[in-house]
Amino acid sequence: MDSAALDAGTRQWLIQASYFVTAFLFIMGLKRMSSPVTARSGIVWAGAGMLVATLFTFLFPGLGNYEWLLPAIILGTALAWWSGRRVAMTDMPQMIALYNGFGGGAAAAIAAVRLYRGEAMSPTMSILAVLGGLIGAVSFSGSLVAFGKLQGLIKRSFRFAGQNYFNLLVILAAATIGVFVAAGWHADSLYVSLFFVLALLFGVLMTLPIGGADMPVVISLYNAFTGLAVAFEGFVMQNAAMIIAGTVVGSAGTLLTQLMARAMNRSLGNVLFSGFGDTGGVAAGGGPVTGSMKPIDAADVGVMMAFAQKVIIVPGYGMAVAQAQHKVWELCQLLIDRGVMVRFAIHPVAGRMPGHMNVLLAEAGVPYDLIADLEEINAEFESADVALIIGANDVVNPVARTDKSSPIYGMPILNADKARNVIVIKRGQGAGFSGIENALFFLDNTRMLYGDGQAAVSQLIQAVKAA
Amino acid sequence: MTGIVALYIFMLAAFTGYEIIGKVPVILHTPLMSGSNFVHGIVLVGAMVALGDAHSNLEKVIGFIGVFMAAGNAAGGYVVTERMLEMFKSSGARAKRGGH
Repeated sequence: MDSAALDAGTRQWLIQASYFVTAFLFIMGLKRMSSPVTARSGIVWAGAGMLVATLFTFLFPGLGNYEWLLPAIILGTALAWWSGRRVAMTDMPQMIALYNGFGGGAAAAIAAVRLYRGEAMSPTMSILAVLGGLIGAVSFSGSLVAFGKLQGLIKRSFRFAGQNYFNLLVILAAATIGVFVAAGWHADSLYVSLFFVLALLFGVLMTLPIGGADMPVVISLYNAFTGLAVAFEGFVMQNAAMIIAGTVVGSAGTLLTQLMARAMNRSLGNVLFSGFGDTGGVAAGGGPVTGSMKPIDAADVGVMMAFAQKVIIVPGYGMAVAQAQHKVWELCQLLIDRGVMVRFAIHPVAGRMPGHMNVLLAEAGVPYDLIADLEEINAEFESADVALIIGANDVVNPVARTDKSSPIYGMPILNADKARNVIVIKRGQGAGFSGIENALFFLDNTRMLYGDGQAAVSQLIQAVKAA
Repeated sequence: MTGIVALYIFMLAAFTGYEIIGKVPVILHTPLMSGSNFVHGIVLVGAMVALGDAHSNLEKVIGFIGVFMAAGNAAGGYVVTERMLEMFKSSGARAKRGGH
Protein backbone atom coordinates (compact mmCIF):
# COMPACT_ATOMS: atom_id res chain seq x y z
CA MET A 1 0.00 0.00 0.00
CA ASP A 2 1.41 3.39 -0.98
CA SER A 3 0.73 5.35 2.17
CA ALA A 4 1.84 8.65 0.66
CA ALA A 5 -1.10 8.52 -1.73
CA LEU A 6 -3.66 8.55 1.07
CA ASP A 7 -5.01 11.81 2.39
CA ALA A 8 -5.03 12.55 6.11
CA GLY A 9 -8.75 11.81 6.52
CA THR A 10 -8.47 8.34 4.98
CA ARG A 11 -5.46 7.56 7.10
CA GLN A 12 -7.24 8.59 10.30
CA TRP A 13 -10.20 6.45 9.31
CA LEU A 14 -7.95 3.45 8.68
CA ILE A 15 -6.19 3.93 12.02
CA GLN A 16 -9.49 4.17 13.89
CA ALA A 17 -10.78 1.04 12.12
CA SER A 18 -7.62 -0.85 13.00
CA TYR A 19 -7.92 0.18 16.67
CA PHE A 20 -11.48 -1.12 16.68
CA VAL A 21 -10.22 -4.48 15.44
CA THR A 22 -7.44 -4.38 18.05
CA ALA A 23 -9.84 -3.67 20.91
CA PHE A 24 -11.98 -6.61 19.77
CA LEU A 25 -8.96 -8.93 19.52
CA PHE A 26 -7.68 -7.88 22.96
CA ILE A 27 -10.99 -8.54 24.69
CA MET A 28 -11.50 -11.84 22.89
CA GLY A 29 -7.91 -12.78 23.68
CA LEU A 30 -8.29 -12.07 27.39
CA LYS A 31 -11.59 -13.94 27.37
CA ARG A 32 -9.93 -16.99 25.84
CA MET A 33 -7.05 -16.72 28.31
CA SER A 34 -9.52 -17.18 31.14
CA SER A 35 -10.07 -20.89 30.42
CA PRO A 36 -7.29 -23.49 30.37
CA VAL A 37 -8.74 -25.06 27.21
CA THR A 38 -8.56 -21.95 25.05
CA ALA A 39 -5.83 -20.04 26.91
CA ARG A 40 -3.08 -20.77 24.42
CA SER A 41 -4.95 -19.26 21.52
CA GLY A 42 -5.90 -16.24 23.64
CA ILE A 43 -2.44 -14.75 23.68
CA VAL A 44 -2.16 -15.26 19.92
CA TRP A 45 -5.39 -13.29 19.37
CA ALA A 46 -4.15 -10.48 21.60
CA GLY A 47 -0.77 -10.57 19.87
CA ALA A 48 -2.43 -10.19 16.48
CA GLY A 49 -4.30 -7.18 17.85
CA MET A 50 -1.05 -5.57 18.97
CA LEU A 51 0.51 -6.15 15.56
CA VAL A 52 -2.44 -4.63 13.70
CA ALA A 53 -2.47 -1.50 15.89
CA THR A 54 1.29 -1.00 15.64
CA LEU A 55 1.41 -1.35 11.85
CA PHE A 56 -1.53 0.97 11.19
CA THR A 57 -0.13 3.61 13.54
CA PHE A 58 2.63 4.17 10.98
CA LEU A 59 -0.09 5.77 8.81
CA PHE A 60 -0.51 8.56 11.37
CA PRO A 61 -0.53 11.87 9.46
CA GLY A 62 2.70 13.83 9.98
CA LEU A 63 4.46 10.96 11.75
CA GLY A 64 8.18 11.60 11.49
CA ASN A 65 11.43 11.12 13.38
CA TYR A 66 11.80 7.66 11.85
CA GLU A 67 15.52 7.71 12.62
CA TRP A 68 14.48 7.66 16.31
CA LEU A 69 11.29 5.67 16.01
CA LEU A 70 12.49 2.54 14.22
CA PRO A 71 15.61 1.94 16.35
CA ALA A 72 13.54 2.38 19.53
CA ILE A 73 10.96 -0.20 18.40
CA ILE A 74 13.53 -2.67 17.12
CA LEU A 75 15.81 -2.35 20.16
CA GLY A 76 12.98 -2.58 22.71
CA THR A 77 11.37 -5.54 20.97
CA ALA A 78 14.62 -7.44 20.46
CA LEU A 79 15.91 -7.01 24.02
CA ALA A 80 12.59 -7.93 25.62
CA TRP A 81 12.07 -10.88 23.28
CA TRP A 82 15.54 -12.20 24.04
CA SER A 83 15.21 -11.81 27.81
CA GLY A 84 11.68 -13.25 27.82
CA ARG A 85 12.84 -16.38 25.98
CA ARG A 86 15.72 -16.97 28.36
CA VAL A 87 14.12 -16.43 31.76
CA ALA A 88 13.48 -19.49 33.94
CA MET A 89 9.89 -20.26 34.93
CA THR A 90 10.68 -19.69 38.61
CA ASP A 91 11.78 -16.15 37.76
CA MET A 92 8.61 -15.26 35.83
CA PRO A 93 7.15 -12.91 38.49
CA GLN A 94 10.03 -10.48 38.41
CA MET A 95 10.11 -10.44 34.60
CA ILE A 96 6.42 -9.53 34.59
CA ALA A 97 7.28 -6.76 37.07
CA LEU A 98 10.03 -5.50 34.79
CA TYR A 99 7.93 -5.43 31.60
CA ASN A 100 5.08 -3.88 33.54
CA GLY A 101 7.39 -1.15 34.81
CA PHE A 102 8.37 -0.45 31.21
CA GLY A 103 4.71 0.07 30.31
CA GLY A 104 4.27 2.51 33.19
CA GLY A 105 7.44 4.30 32.17
CA ALA A 106 6.19 4.60 28.60
CA ALA A 107 2.92 6.14 29.80
CA ALA A 108 4.89 8.60 31.93
CA ALA A 109 7.10 9.38 28.93
CA ILE A 110 4.04 10.28 26.83
CA ALA A 111 2.92 12.62 29.60
CA ALA A 112 6.43 14.08 29.84
CA VAL A 113 6.61 14.82 26.10
CA ARG A 114 3.28 16.62 26.29
CA LEU A 115 4.05 18.55 29.48
CA TYR A 116 7.57 19.65 28.54
CA ARG A 117 6.22 21.01 25.26
CA GLY A 118 3.99 23.30 27.32
CA GLU A 119 1.30 23.42 24.62
CA ALA A 120 -2.07 24.60 25.87
CA MET A 121 -4.44 21.69 26.53
CA SER A 122 -8.01 21.70 27.78
CA PRO A 123 -8.24 21.46 31.61
CA THR A 124 -9.49 17.86 31.45
CA MET A 125 -6.64 16.89 29.16
CA SER A 126 -3.94 18.46 31.33
CA ILE A 127 -5.35 16.88 34.48
CA LEU A 128 -5.43 13.46 32.82
CA ALA A 129 -1.95 13.92 31.38
CA VAL A 130 -0.58 14.77 34.83
CA LEU A 131 -2.53 11.99 36.55
CA GLY A 132 -1.40 9.40 34.01
CA GLY A 133 2.16 10.66 34.33
CA LEU A 134 2.03 10.37 38.11
CA ILE A 135 0.58 6.85 38.16
CA GLY A 136 2.85 5.70 35.33
CA ALA A 137 5.98 7.03 37.03
CA VAL A 138 5.05 5.40 40.36
CA SER A 139 4.37 2.12 38.57
CA PHE A 140 7.71 2.40 36.75
CA SER A 141 10.00 3.00 39.72
CA GLY A 142 7.93 0.75 42.01
CA SER A 143 8.04 -2.15 39.54
CA LEU A 144 11.80 -1.77 39.14
CA VAL A 145 12.23 -2.02 42.93
CA ALA A 146 9.92 -5.06 42.96
CA PHE A 147 12.05 -6.60 40.22
CA GLY A 148 15.22 -5.85 42.18
CA LYS A 149 13.82 -7.44 45.32
CA LEU A 150 12.61 -10.64 43.69
CA GLN A 151 15.79 -10.95 41.65
CA GLY A 152 17.78 -10.64 44.88
CA LEU A 153 19.47 -7.39 43.82
CA ILE A 154 17.91 -5.52 46.75
CA LYS A 155 18.26 -7.67 49.82
CA ARG A 156 17.07 -5.62 52.72
CA SER A 157 13.88 -3.78 53.49
CA PHE A 158 14.34 -0.12 54.29
CA ARG A 159 12.22 1.02 57.19
CA PHE A 160 12.37 3.99 59.49
CA ALA A 161 10.07 5.58 62.04
CA GLY A 162 7.35 7.72 60.51
CA GLN A 163 7.97 6.23 57.08
CA ASN A 164 4.30 6.23 56.11
CA TYR A 165 4.03 9.93 56.98
CA PHE A 166 7.16 10.75 55.01
CA ASN A 167 5.79 8.87 51.99
CA LEU A 168 2.50 10.70 52.34
CA LEU A 169 4.41 13.97 52.32
CA VAL A 170 6.23 13.01 49.11
CA ILE A 171 3.06 12.01 47.26
CA LEU A 172 1.28 15.16 48.45
CA ALA A 173 4.16 17.28 47.21
CA ALA A 174 4.09 15.50 43.85
CA ALA A 175 0.32 15.96 43.62
CA THR A 176 0.54 19.66 44.53
CA ILE A 177 3.15 20.38 41.90
CA GLY A 178 1.09 18.27 39.50
CA VAL A 179 -1.87 20.57 40.12
CA PHE A 180 0.33 23.63 39.45
CA VAL A 181 1.52 22.09 36.19
CA ALA A 182 -1.95 21.00 35.10
CA ALA A 183 -3.47 24.38 35.88
CA GLY A 184 -0.75 26.06 33.84
CA TRP A 185 0.44 28.25 36.73
CA HIS A 186 3.91 26.76 36.73
CA ALA A 187 4.05 24.72 33.57
CA ASP A 188 7.76 25.35 32.96
CA SER A 189 10.36 22.59 32.65
CA LEU A 190 11.63 22.97 36.22
CA TYR A 191 8.25 22.18 37.74
CA VAL A 192 7.58 19.36 35.30
CA SER A 193 10.95 17.82 36.18
CA LEU A 194 10.35 18.21 39.90
CA PHE A 195 6.94 16.58 39.48
CA PHE A 196 8.39 13.50 37.80
CA VAL A 197 11.30 13.20 40.25
CA LEU A 198 8.90 13.23 43.20
CA ALA A 199 6.59 10.70 41.52
CA LEU A 200 9.50 8.35 40.80
CA LEU A 201 10.78 8.79 44.34
CA PHE A 202 7.38 7.89 45.76
CA GLY A 203 7.31 4.64 43.78
CA VAL A 204 10.67 3.66 45.24
CA LEU A 205 9.78 4.68 48.80
CA MET A 206 6.43 2.91 48.69
CA THR A 207 7.91 -0.39 47.46
CA LEU A 208 11.15 -0.61 49.46
CA PRO A 209 9.63 -1.51 52.85
CA ILE A 210 7.41 -4.27 51.40
CA GLY A 211 8.72 -7.79 52.00
CA GLY A 212 9.37 -10.37 49.31
CA ALA A 213 6.37 -12.53 50.22
CA ASP A 214 3.98 -9.68 49.48
CA MET A 215 5.64 -8.66 46.23
CA PRO A 216 3.15 -10.53 43.97
CA VAL A 217 0.29 -8.44 45.31
CA VAL A 218 2.34 -5.33 44.70
CA ILE A 219 3.25 -6.37 41.14
CA SER A 220 -0.40 -7.03 40.43
CA LEU A 221 -1.29 -3.60 41.83
CA TYR A 222 1.31 -1.90 39.65
CA ASN A 223 -0.03 -3.84 36.69
CA ALA A 224 -3.41 -2.23 37.34
CA PHE A 225 -1.68 1.15 37.81
CA THR A 226 0.02 0.89 34.44
CA GLY A 227 -3.30 0.01 32.82
CA LEU A 228 -4.88 3.09 34.32
CA ALA A 229 -1.96 5.32 33.33
CA VAL A 230 -2.20 4.01 29.76
CA ALA A 231 -5.94 4.72 29.72
CA PHE A 232 -5.42 8.30 30.95
CA GLU A 233 -2.72 8.99 28.38
CA GLY A 234 -5.09 7.43 25.85
CA PHE A 235 -7.55 10.23 26.59
CA VAL A 236 -4.78 12.75 26.10
CA MET A 237 -3.73 11.18 22.79
CA GLN A 238 -7.38 10.71 21.72
CA ASN A 239 -6.56 7.06 21.22
CA ALA A 240 -9.46 4.64 21.73
CA ALA A 241 -7.28 1.52 21.67
CA MET A 242 -5.25 2.83 24.61
CA ILE A 243 -8.35 3.86 26.55
CA ILE A 244 -10.05 0.49 26.13
CA ALA A 245 -7.00 -1.73 26.67
CA GLY A 246 -5.73 0.38 29.56
CA THR A 247 -9.08 0.46 31.31
CA VAL A 248 -9.71 -3.26 30.88
CA VAL A 249 -6.31 -4.00 32.42
CA GLY A 250 -6.86 -1.39 35.12
CA SER A 251 -10.10 -2.92 36.33
CA ALA A 252 -9.08 -6.55 35.78
CA GLY A 253 -5.79 -5.88 37.57
CA THR A 254 -7.55 -4.28 40.52
CA LEU A 255 -9.80 -7.30 40.93
CA LEU A 256 -6.87 -9.68 40.57
CA THR A 257 -4.97 -7.74 43.25
CA GLN A 258 -7.91 -8.07 45.63
CA LEU A 259 -8.21 -11.80 44.94
CA MET A 260 -4.52 -12.26 45.71
CA ALA A 261 -4.61 -10.23 48.90
CA ARG A 262 -7.70 -12.14 50.05
CA ALA A 263 -6.01 -15.48 49.38
CA MET A 264 -3.24 -14.36 51.72
CA ASN A 265 -5.78 -13.24 54.30
CA ARG A 266 -4.54 -9.68 54.08
CA SER A 267 -6.12 -6.43 53.09
CA LEU A 268 -4.41 -4.38 50.43
CA GLY A 269 -3.76 -1.57 52.92
CA ASN A 270 -2.15 -4.09 55.23
CA VAL A 271 0.17 -5.25 52.46
CA LEU A 272 1.18 -1.73 51.48
CA PHE A 273 1.61 -0.06 54.83
CA SER A 274 2.41 -2.64 57.49
CA GLY A 275 5.74 -4.03 56.32
CA PHE A 276 4.75 -7.64 57.10
CA GLY A 277 5.63 -10.38 54.65
CA ASP A 278 9.34 -10.12 55.17
CA THR A 279 11.34 -13.20 56.10
CA GLY A 280 11.66 -13.31 59.84
CA GLY A 281 9.76 -10.08 60.09
CA VAL A 282 7.23 -11.40 62.58
CA ALA A 283 7.77 -12.83 66.00
CA ALA A 284 6.48 -16.39 66.24
CA GLY A 285 3.02 -15.98 67.72
CA GLY A 286 0.82 -18.34 69.63
CA GLY A 287 1.58 -20.79 72.37
CA PRO A 288 4.42 -23.29 72.23
CA VAL A 289 3.77 -26.30 70.03
CA THR A 290 3.77 -29.57 71.94
CA GLY A 291 5.01 -32.96 70.81
CA SER A 292 8.03 -33.84 68.71
CA MET A 293 8.89 -34.23 65.05
CA LYS A 294 9.12 -37.89 64.08
CA PRO A 295 11.52 -38.82 61.27
CA ILE A 296 10.90 -41.56 58.69
CA ASP A 297 12.96 -43.35 55.97
CA ALA A 298 12.34 -42.95 52.26
CA ALA A 299 11.89 -46.73 51.95
CA ASP A 300 8.97 -46.73 54.39
CA VAL A 301 7.33 -43.79 52.64
CA GLY A 302 7.77 -45.55 49.30
CA VAL A 303 5.90 -48.62 50.53
CA MET A 304 3.22 -46.47 52.13
CA MET A 305 2.55 -44.60 48.90
CA ALA A 306 2.84 -47.62 46.59
CA PHE A 307 0.05 -49.41 48.43
CA ALA A 308 -2.11 -46.36 49.03
CA GLN A 309 -5.39 -45.74 47.23
CA LYS A 310 -5.14 -42.01 47.20
CA VAL A 311 -2.15 -39.71 47.50
CA ILE A 312 -2.37 -35.93 47.59
CA ILE A 313 0.77 -33.93 46.86
CA VAL A 314 1.05 -30.46 48.39
CA PRO A 315 3.85 -28.59 46.61
CA GLY A 316 5.28 -25.27 47.74
CA TYR A 317 7.81 -22.84 46.40
CA GLY A 318 10.56 -24.86 48.11
CA MET A 319 9.91 -27.64 45.60
CA ALA A 320 10.46 -25.29 42.68
CA VAL A 321 13.61 -23.85 44.22
CA ALA A 322 14.99 -27.38 44.60
CA GLN A 323 13.96 -27.99 40.93
CA ALA A 324 12.18 -31.12 42.16
CA GLN A 325 8.97 -30.80 40.12
CA HIS A 326 10.17 -33.10 37.33
CA LYS A 327 11.11 -35.81 39.85
CA VAL A 328 7.78 -35.35 41.64
CA TRP A 329 5.90 -35.92 38.39
CA GLU A 330 8.04 -39.00 37.68
CA LEU A 331 7.10 -40.34 41.11
CA CYS A 332 3.42 -39.62 40.45
CA GLN A 333 3.50 -41.41 37.10
CA LEU A 334 4.87 -44.51 38.84
CA LEU A 335 2.07 -44.32 41.38
CA ILE A 336 -0.59 -43.76 38.72
CA ASP A 337 0.70 -46.80 36.82
CA ARG A 338 0.19 -48.83 40.00
CA GLY A 339 -3.40 -47.64 40.16
CA VAL A 340 -2.94 -45.08 42.92
CA MET A 341 -5.11 -42.01 42.58
CA VAL A 342 -2.86 -38.94 42.65
CA ARG A 343 -3.92 -35.31 42.98
CA PHE A 344 -1.99 -32.09 43.42
CA ALA A 345 -3.35 -29.61 45.97
CA ILE A 346 -2.43 -26.02 45.24
CA HIS A 347 -2.86 -23.27 47.75
CA PRO A 348 -3.81 -19.92 46.16
CA VAL A 349 -0.49 -18.39 47.19
CA ALA A 350 1.72 -21.42 46.51
CA GLY A 351 4.73 -20.26 44.53
CA ARG A 352 5.35 -16.58 44.15
CA MET A 353 1.98 -15.56 42.73
CA PRO A 354 -1.45 -17.17 42.45
CA GLY A 355 -1.17 -19.71 39.68
CA HIS A 356 2.62 -19.65 39.64
CA MET A 357 2.78 -23.19 41.06
CA ASN A 358 0.46 -24.40 38.30
CA VAL A 359 2.85 -22.99 35.74
CA LEU A 360 5.81 -24.72 37.41
CA LEU A 361 3.94 -28.05 37.51
CA ALA A 362 2.80 -27.61 33.93
CA GLU A 363 6.43 -27.05 32.96
CA ALA A 364 7.26 -30.43 34.48
CA GLY A 365 4.47 -31.99 32.38
CA VAL A 366 1.74 -32.43 35.00
CA PRO A 367 -1.67 -32.32 33.26
CA TYR A 368 -3.84 -29.52 34.66
CA ASP A 369 -6.77 -31.82 35.41
CA LEU A 370 -4.75 -33.55 38.15
CA ILE A 371 -4.27 -30.19 39.84
CA ALA A 372 -6.93 -29.01 42.27
CA ASP A 373 -7.26 -25.75 44.12
CA LEU A 374 -8.06 -25.28 47.77
CA GLU A 375 -11.87 -25.40 47.62
CA GLU A 376 -11.91 -28.48 45.39
CA ILE A 377 -9.42 -30.55 47.34
CA ASN A 378 -9.98 -29.71 51.00
CA ALA A 379 -12.84 -32.18 51.45
CA GLU A 380 -10.71 -34.93 49.90
CA PHE A 381 -7.91 -34.96 52.46
CA GLU A 382 -10.02 -37.02 54.86
CA SER A 383 -10.18 -39.87 52.37
CA ALA A 384 -6.50 -39.62 51.42
CA ASP A 385 -4.06 -42.25 52.64
CA VAL A 386 -1.02 -40.05 52.23
CA ALA A 387 -0.56 -36.29 52.00
CA LEU A 388 2.96 -35.55 50.75
CA ILE A 389 4.07 -32.04 51.66
CA ILE A 390 7.06 -30.87 49.67
CA GLY A 391 8.42 -27.39 50.13
CA ALA A 392 5.19 -26.02 51.59
CA ASN A 393 4.88 -24.79 55.15
CA ASP A 394 2.58 -21.99 56.29
CA VAL A 395 -0.19 -22.99 53.87
CA VAL A 396 -0.66 -26.32 55.70
CA ASN A 397 -0.25 -25.01 59.24
CA PRO A 398 -3.39 -25.96 61.20
CA VAL A 399 -2.90 -23.12 63.72
CA ALA A 400 -4.45 -20.90 61.04
CA ARG A 401 -7.73 -22.67 61.93
CA THR A 402 -7.29 -23.00 65.68
CA ASP A 403 -4.98 -20.43 67.26
CA LYS A 404 -6.45 -16.95 67.42
CA SER A 405 -3.18 -15.42 68.59
CA SER A 406 -1.26 -16.60 65.52
CA PRO A 407 -0.48 -14.00 62.85
CA ILE A 408 -1.75 -16.38 60.19
CA TYR A 409 -5.04 -17.09 62.02
CA GLY A 410 -7.91 -17.04 59.57
CA MET A 411 -5.80 -17.65 56.48
CA PRO A 412 -7.40 -20.39 54.38
CA ILE A 413 -5.16 -23.45 54.52
CA LEU A 414 -5.00 -26.86 52.91
CA ASN A 415 -6.31 -29.40 55.44
CA ALA A 416 -3.40 -31.77 54.97
CA ASP A 417 -3.53 -32.68 58.66
CA LYS A 418 -6.81 -34.54 58.00
CA ALA A 419 -5.06 -37.16 55.84
CA ARG A 420 -4.39 -40.57 57.38
CA ASN A 421 -0.61 -40.13 57.00
CA VAL A 422 1.21 -36.87 56.45
CA ILE A 423 4.74 -36.97 55.05
CA VAL A 424 6.74 -33.75 55.08
CA ILE A 425 9.86 -33.46 52.97
CA LYS A 426 11.97 -30.80 54.58
CA ARG A 427 15.57 -29.72 54.52
CA GLY A 428 15.93 -29.01 58.24
CA GLN A 429 13.90 -28.25 61.34
CA GLY A 430 13.53 -24.49 60.82
CA ALA A 431 10.28 -22.51 60.85
CA GLY A 432 8.46 -21.33 57.72
CA PHE A 433 8.57 -18.22 55.55
CA SER A 434 6.71 -16.19 58.13
CA GLY A 435 8.81 -17.51 61.02
CA ILE A 436 5.84 -19.31 62.56
CA GLU A 437 6.26 -22.80 64.02
CA ASN A 438 4.20 -25.35 62.09
CA ALA A 439 1.94 -27.45 64.33
CA LEU A 440 1.40 -29.93 61.49
CA PHE A 441 4.95 -31.23 61.84
CA PHE A 442 4.29 -32.27 65.43
CA LEU A 443 1.06 -34.22 64.88
CA ASP A 444 0.83 -37.95 65.63
CA ASN A 445 0.07 -38.81 62.00
CA THR A 446 2.96 -36.74 60.62
CA ARG A 447 6.39 -38.11 59.70
CA MET A 448 9.34 -36.01 58.59
CA LEU A 449 11.50 -37.03 55.63
CA TYR A 450 14.58 -34.85 55.97
CA GLY A 451 16.68 -33.95 52.99
CA ASP A 452 16.99 -31.85 49.84
CA GLY A 453 13.72 -31.93 47.87
CA GLN A 454 15.17 -33.37 44.69
CA ALA A 455 17.29 -36.04 46.44
CA ALA A 456 14.44 -37.09 48.73
CA VAL A 457 12.02 -37.55 45.82
CA SER A 458 14.65 -39.55 43.91
CA GLN A 459 14.88 -41.88 46.90
CA LEU A 460 11.10 -42.19 46.94
CA ILE A 461 11.12 -43.13 43.25
CA GLN A 462 13.60 -45.93 43.98
CA ALA A 463 11.54 -47.03 46.97
CA VAL A 464 8.29 -47.17 44.98
CA LYS A 465 9.99 -49.10 42.19
CA ALA A 466 11.27 -51.61 44.77
CA ALA A 467 7.90 -51.97 46.50
CA MET B 1 -14.01 11.76 20.32
CA THR B 2 -16.00 13.92 22.70
CA GLY B 3 -15.45 13.80 26.45
CA ILE B 4 -18.72 12.08 27.23
CA VAL B 5 -18.17 9.36 24.63
CA ALA B 6 -14.71 8.76 26.09
CA LEU B 7 -16.31 8.48 29.52
CA TYR B 8 -18.77 5.86 28.21
CA ILE B 9 -15.88 3.90 26.72
CA PHE B 10 -14.07 4.10 30.05
CA MET B 11 -17.05 2.80 32.01
CA LEU B 12 -17.87 -0.06 29.64
CA ALA B 13 -14.23 -1.13 29.39
CA ALA B 14 -13.93 -1.12 33.19
CA PHE B 15 -16.89 -3.51 33.50
CA THR B 16 -15.49 -5.69 30.72
CA GLY B 17 -12.19 -6.09 32.56
CA TYR B 18 -13.94 -6.93 35.79
CA GLU B 19 -16.19 -9.53 34.16
CA ILE B 20 -13.35 -11.24 32.30
CA ILE B 21 -11.28 -11.81 35.44
CA GLY B 22 -14.19 -12.63 37.73
CA LYS B 23 -14.65 -16.16 36.40
CA VAL B 24 -11.03 -17.20 36.04
CA PRO B 25 -9.76 -20.29 37.87
CA VAL B 26 -6.81 -19.65 40.19
CA ILE B 27 -4.53 -21.77 38.03
CA LEU B 28 -4.65 -19.11 35.32
CA HIS B 29 -4.08 -16.07 37.51
CA THR B 30 -0.38 -15.76 36.79
CA PRO B 31 -0.67 -16.22 33.00
CA LEU B 32 -3.64 -13.86 32.96
CA MET B 33 -1.77 -11.20 34.91
CA SER B 34 1.02 -11.65 32.41
CA GLY B 35 -1.47 -11.46 29.54
CA SER B 36 -3.02 -8.27 30.84
CA ASN B 37 0.50 -6.94 31.30
CA PHE B 38 0.99 -7.60 27.58
CA VAL B 39 -2.27 -5.86 26.68
CA HIS B 40 -1.28 -2.55 28.23
CA GLY B 41 1.74 -2.71 25.95
CA ILE B 42 -0.66 -0.96 23.55
CA VAL B 43 0.89 2.17 25.10
CA LEU B 44 3.33 1.63 22.22
CA VAL B 45 0.98 3.27 19.71
CA GLY B 46 0.67 6.36 21.89
CA ALA B 47 4.41 6.52 22.44
CA MET B 48 4.96 6.17 18.67
CA VAL B 49 2.74 9.16 17.96
CA ALA B 50 4.34 11.17 20.79
CA LEU B 51 7.82 10.52 19.39
CA GLY B 52 6.62 10.81 15.79
CA ASP B 53 5.70 14.46 16.20
CA ALA B 54 8.28 15.44 18.83
CA HIS B 55 9.96 18.80 18.12
CA SER B 56 12.78 19.53 20.55
CA ASN B 57 15.66 17.19 21.27
CA LEU B 58 14.43 16.74 24.83
CA GLU B 59 11.05 15.56 23.50
CA LYS B 60 12.80 13.21 21.09
CA VAL B 61 14.96 11.66 23.82
CA ILE B 62 12.01 11.14 26.16
CA GLY B 63 9.94 9.87 23.25
CA PHE B 64 12.69 7.44 22.30
CA ILE B 65 12.82 6.07 25.85
CA GLY B 66 9.03 5.83 25.85
CA VAL B 67 8.84 3.87 22.59
CA PHE B 68 11.74 1.66 23.66
CA MET B 69 10.05 0.77 26.94
CA ALA B 70 6.61 0.34 25.37
CA ALA B 71 8.02 -2.04 22.76
CA GLY B 72 9.72 -3.92 25.60
CA ASN B 73 6.45 -4.15 27.49
CA ALA B 74 4.62 -5.52 24.46
CA ALA B 75 7.28 -7.95 23.24
CA GLY B 76 8.33 -9.19 26.67
CA GLY B 77 4.74 -9.52 27.83
CA TYR B 78 3.89 -11.57 24.77
CA VAL B 79 6.84 -13.94 25.04
CA VAL B 80 6.48 -14.80 28.73
CA THR B 81 2.69 -15.22 28.48
CA GLU B 82 3.00 -17.45 25.44
CA ARG B 83 5.69 -19.53 27.14
CA MET B 84 3.54 -20.04 30.22
CA LEU B 85 0.35 -20.89 28.35
CA GLU B 86 2.20 -23.25 26.02
CA MET B 87 2.61 -25.60 28.97
CA PHE B 88 -1.05 -25.94 29.88
CA LYS B 89 -2.21 -29.29 28.58
CA SER B 90 -4.85 -31.71 29.82
CA SER B 91 -4.07 -35.38 30.33
CA GLY B 92 -6.31 -36.12 27.33
CA ALA B 93 -4.26 -33.83 25.10
CA ARG B 94 -1.10 -35.46 26.40
CA ALA B 95 -2.29 -38.91 25.34
CA LYS B 96 -3.15 -37.58 21.89
CA ARG B 97 0.21 -35.93 21.58
CA GLY B 98 1.81 -39.34 22.02
CA GLY B 99 0.36 -40.29 18.63
CA HIS B 100 2.05 -37.46 16.75
